[in-house]
Amino acid sequence: MTPRRLLTSVSAVVGVAFALPGAYVLWRTAQLGGDVTEVWSEAAAPAWRTVQLAALVAASAAVIGTLMAWLVTRTDLPGRRVLRVLAPLPMALPSFIGAAAFITAVSPGGVLAEPLSWIGIDGPIRFRGMGAAWLVLTLFTYPYVYLPVGARLSSLRRGIDESAQLLGCSTWSTFRRVVLPQLRRPIAGGALLVFLYTVSDFGAVQLLGFDTLTRVVFSTYLSDRATSFLAATLVLVFALAVVGFERRMRGAHVTGDATPDRRTTPVTLGRSRLVALVASIATIALALAVPLVSLGYWAARGLRRGTAGSFSELLEPALNGAVVSVIAAVVAVAAVLPVAVVTTRHHGRVAKGVSIAVVAGYAVPGLVIALGLVFWALRAPGAGFLYQTMPLLILGYVVHFGSQAMGTSEVAVAGVPASVRESATLLGVGPIRRWLTVELPLMRPGLLAGGGLVLLSTFKELPATLLLSPPGFQTLATDVWASYNEGFFGKVGLSSLALVTVSGVLTWLLILRRADWLNA
Amino acid sequence: MRSPLRSRLFHLLLGLTALTLVAAACSSSDDEESLTLYSGRSEDLIGPLIEDFTEETGIEVEVKYLGSAEAALLIAEEGDQTPADVFISQSPGAMGFLESSGQLADLDSATLDLVDAGVRDADGKWVGLSGRQRVLVYNEDGVTADELPSSVFDLTDPAWSGRLGIAPANGSFQDFVTAMRGSVGDDVTLEWLTALRENGVVTYSGNSAIVAAVGRGEVDAGLVNHYYNFRALAEDDSLPSRNHQLAVDDPGSVLIVTAAAVIAGNESDAATSLVDFLLSEAAQRYFADETFEYPLAAGVAPADGIPAAEFDGVGDDTLGGLGDELEGTRNLIVEAGFEG
Repeated sequence: MTPRRLLTSVSAVVGVAFALPGAYVLWRTAQLGGDVTEVWSEAAAPAWRTVQLAALVAASAAVIGTLMAWLVTRTDLPGRRVLRVLAPLPMALPSFIGAAAFITAVSPGGVLAEPLSWIGIDGPIRFRGMGAAWLVLTLFTYPYVYLPVGARLSSLRRGIDESAQLLGCSTWSTFRRVVLPQLRRPIAGGALLVFLYTVSDFGAVQLLGFDTLTRVVFSTYLSDRATSFLAATLVLVFALAVVGFERRMRGAHVTGDATPDRRTTPVTLGRSRLVALVASIATIALALAVPLVSLGYWAARGLRRGTAGSFSELLEPALNGAVVSVIAAVVAVAAVLPVAVVTTRHHGRVAKGVSIAVVAGYAVPGLVIALGLVFWALRAPGAGFLYQTMPLLILGYVVHFGSQAMGTSEVAVAGVPASVRESATLLGVGPIRRWLTVELPLMRPGLLAGGGLVLLSTFKELPATLLLSPPGFQTLATDVWASYNEGFFGKVGLSSLALVTVSGVLTWLLILRRADWLNA
Repeated sequence: MRSPLRSRLFHLLLGLTALTLVAAACSSSDDEESLTLYSGRSEDLIGPLIEDFTEETGIEVEVKYLGSAEAALLIAEEGDQTPADVFISQSPGAMGFLESSGQLADLDSATLDLVDAGVRDADGKWVGLSGRQRVLVYNEDGVTADELPSSVFDLTDPAWSGRLGIAPANGSFQDFVTAMRGSVGDDVTLEWLTALRENGVVTYSGNSAIVAAVGRGEVDAGLVNHYYNFRALAEDDSLPSRNHQLAVDDPGSVLIVTAAAVIAGNESDAATSLVDFLLSEAAQRYFADETFEYPLAAGVAPADGIPAAEFDGVGDDTLGGLGDELEGTRNLIVEAGFEG
């Protein structure tokens, strides 16, 4: 078997696993029937709102994530080392908690109420609708762009931006004309994830009173299952179309120019330094400090009144979440890497189809994915023993979040210069040794960024954890959710703070530190 | 250069091995003295009771905590392979869904007789454990005492224009609408829902969101379960939100029951004893004193501060065959112009 055949077979197996939830949705939809015209009459307006919101959020997250990544990796922005660690953290919060914390922040007595009153907005305001959803989702999703772009920047050949500056290009035109073209793929990939995340989100948009397509799926799942599954099919078809479109439009491939040399002279921002610093701090303050202050207020009040529970109760859920997140991240990267190799190096059709399926699956709400895996685990012959065990839970996470490692892996694979691989082969290095000593080290930043996204997403994941885990298995995310539902705000605050803290430590230890971002 | 892959592979293998061991340890043997419970009530609201049950009977209970609707969907998807022996639902809608899909076992009449006929299933498939009453939560800085209505029908008055919050997509609001359809009929219910919308009612995601919005003064009042404001005041007693009980015979003051059922195919004495235990005096006192709810059995009185109420439960007369009723209720809500 040639390496290409082997990789294609592996890709096909990976593809089957990722297609399981989608196949479940289609099977149930066909079985339950459901009237397409009737469902469309209810779903058309929310579907249009979903497209608008998802496009807006993807665009703004792309701008913020890209600028933030460039500023903290390639410039002399003061405090960039600290900002680098803080910048990915807003995505650690489940979006419904972020939305709830924001609603509290803008209400009287909230942390944003005072600043709002300076601009003439006083008293209770209804923080809801498209603007609110746009703001909240942008702030909590820009890390999906930030991490891949940061990874690409840190493996990019040094010197071109330095040369550009030496040749007299201004900071801004260096960024726009020299750096940006190199980032098209990671930006598009990240923005696509943000788009699909927005399509699949239910918690935040529901709290913010903005009605999207997922509402139809969720509000009918008990009363009218045919409609619910038909709406889920709509989401799936729509996502496949969007992902297929992105594949077609993304054009030129990444040039193979990754380098293990991570030394660089930072771009001098000059007079824009202050503006850039204020903008970066303001973004992180809004996306991280504002929700944390609300959550901290709930936690402090709860601790004072004895309704917040105790710190020791947080240990086991934190550990549970950390273990499954790390494993899910490693398995997800290992699963999508072969697919990425075939799509980028061999342009295999099977693998291309697989990569589209992997990414599109991300738009399907997590609850539906979890139900799909329940369905298959109990019906596939010989799979029953896996039911409600850790391996099935991990599979659930990988299938749900593998999409996040797909784009970054493709960019990482494409970044390995062909000349380096050829030299290694000419020098008599076998393929396995070449992978271990040459290719993987060059891909490291990209693979780590993809793994980091999976890790952070898994750590806050809810529906798969609730449905697929063994009884008694709890994570910080399930604690936050259960406490929020029953109005235990002290516990919500304390568990959420623990969630962000542990996410931060894991991201720093396992991702940023190893990706050499801190040495850049 | 380090060899990151080799050491990572090693760690991965180590992790997977550990996982397999954990998984093996988790799949405990199916002896009679162990039960699996799917609970739509959160651990904060039932966990200590389950521990007491194990201590008293020696029966181990593995609990899967998840939302009532998610648990119902999960049991439906698992079908006859479900590990669940007992299901506790916070919402009659989720219970009705499983009843209509034929997945609930018959309960013993001795168990059913522990509660009044109004708070159990007429077909004997589920029994009420505790009740949450529908009330009007209001902000005492925004609503004067003489403004407080005695009926939900008063809330369509122009005086309430833009001041009221509801949660049309939430299970307990839908349970209340189902009960309303039972008492005043579909036409009047639709008329009322439409009038509410035309009166500028503000929609929220659920009970907690409404109570919080009323506390902030974002709306002056909202239709919720009584539990949430007690909970909110326990977290912050400076809040200006208060519960107001509507008239006893008003559809707006219906009692929504938390219910328990045994899953068909998994009937056992242990399962029955768990349901019975939750209806014992000690458990009922827990619901009264610790979770601000209405106890339904053993003659236990509600806690201080919870107004004693004559109530009709959302029992079988209004929610018979609720799986179908839920769809009808949602259709009405959508027909009235809400995003149900």
